Amino acid sequence: MHPAFSVVFLTTLIGAGQGLFLALYSVDVAGRHDLVARVGDARFFVAGAFLAAALGVLGLVASLFHLGHPERGWRAAAQWRTSWLSREVIALPAFIVGVCLYGVAYHLGSSAVLPLGLLTLVACLALFACTSMIYACIRFLQEWASPLTLINFFLLGSASGFTLATALAGVLAPEQRTLYATAAMALTALALVFRAASLRRNARLKPKSSLQTAIGIRHQRIAQKSQGFTGGSFNTREFFHGVAPAGLRAVKWVFVLFTFVLPVALLALGLAAESPTWFAAAFAVQYVGLLAERWFFLAQANHPQNLYYQCIS
Amino acid sequence: MTQLALVIDLNVCVGCHACVTSCKEWNTSGAAGYMADDRPYGREPTGTFFNRVQTFEVGEFPETQTVHFPKSCLHCEDPPCVPVCPTGASYKRAEDGIVLVDYDKCIGCKYCAWACPYGARELDEHQKVMKKCTLCVDRIYDQELPSSDRKPACVMACPTSARLFGDIHDPDSEVSEAIRERGGYVLMPEWGTKPANHYLPRHKSELRVDRDQLVRADNPLKKDGRLPLPRRSDPALDDATTW
Repeated sequence: MHPAFSVVFLTTLIGAGQGLFLALYSVDVAGRHDLVARVGDARFFVAGAFLAAALGVLGLVASLFHLGHPERGWRAAAQWRTSWLSREVIALPAFIVGVCLYGVAYHLGSSAVLPLGLLTLVACLALFACTSMIYACIRFLQEWASPLTLINFFLLGSASGFTLATALAGVLAPEQRTLYATAAMALTALALVFRAASLRRNARLKPKSSLQTAIGIRHQRIAQKSQGFTGGSFNTREFFHGVAPAGLRAVKWVFVLFTFVLPVALLALGLAAESPTWFAAAFAVQYVGLLAERWFFLAQANHPQNLYYQCIS
Repeated sequence: MTQLALVIDLNVCVGCHACVTSCKEWNTSGAAGYMADDRPYGREPTGTFFNRVQTFEVGEFPETQTVHFPKSCLHCEDPPCVPVCPTGASYKRAEDGIVLVDYDKCIGCKYCAWACPYGARELDEHQKVMKKCTLCVDRIYDQELPSSDRKPACVMACPTSARLFGDIHDPDSEVSEAIRERGGYVLMPEWGTKPANHYLPRHKSELRVDRDQLVRADNPLKKDGRLPLPRRSDPALDDATTW
């Protein structure tokens, strides 16, 4: 597939926002039950909540660039009964509103914080499910059609969110930074395990479709001689990333390095140096890595329609 | 339940692209809006076509066959492009099974194109909505046209009658008969989309010619086709004497 940067930014931004909310809410709830030290400064939660909401809004704005008619984007909520994209269009504003209300409630010191947080948690998890199911439900794209897609979206979003929370905690809740940094490192490591599993699965995939099934001629040797036109078309642009195989491999190593290896190192350095700038650097590096990871995820899918568009003449 | 569809005969398609051009001509002049056709004689031409004819070579040279392969939306009975559409612009008509796009609702998110394994849907570069073969729904129900013309433009344009149109759920229709008798098949059956359009396979027609059919076995005058002229006194039975 041809990765659209609007979709890359959408999914990485909202993933980070959702992960940030999970980081805030988990420590909030754990603190109230005395499982971890309570965060003294409410500004941490307020700032975090609005940052998560801002990431969500940025992601939503980015997604509009993917549409041919963004002014009709509101129609996309219509088919929630059948379409995961439609469900995401409902879950994303629900999450943004929920996390804003959570931040407002914290700012006002309201007791509605926990129930609002719980509702936002539901919206957050639903949003993870919807976003990943958009890709996983297309059974023809075998690279995407796996539970690993759901797991990876959740873990990568959570890891980036926790790294961002660590950076925020470095400034506003320093007593929690060890907890957050450790959690971020653990989540990043776990995300690496599952992303590696996904890479391994995709490397071993056997395509179900072939030219034989595509044109229905049972012969061992079929080759396309002409795709029917010499210019480009939507079919030749939208379904192929346009990068040489070596470039694709390079992007893979870049994202492994920037999403998993470097952030863990920078988080560890930040803990050792007790300086919040390392945490911020860890998030920045991880975000760049996530952009590469999402690009690679979208690029790796091989659409069966490509069988019909192999050769100009 | 009616399911209108096309049956494409790969045995007689010569790859002339008449169906491609007639489809484009009909649909680009319609009320739904013109189809993109950028730089057709310049560099990097591009455009939207509902129907494309591709060419495949089967076999190893020199024992090869050239197969011309027209492909347009297959109007699947279980279309994967319909449930994924977030706005409901992509829908399958219950009365005749044609899968259509409502251009007023389509937001151009391309999700349906991702979901179609055949690459039948294209985003029009100018109108920014998804477009695909409509089975000439504006032709087949048009009462202003003579009933013999109420067929898709591509079916009427094909010089070798390689395209047939009809109801595949009606066992007596031309298309059902062709599928049944000629072994019509669907594309990529492994994905379970149950396409309505079928393709008829190549078959080899053989004609045995005996030597006797070319050269007369008995020729008493040793002349080809000439008998002696009748005597004038013989009765005139024209068909016997001049035969």
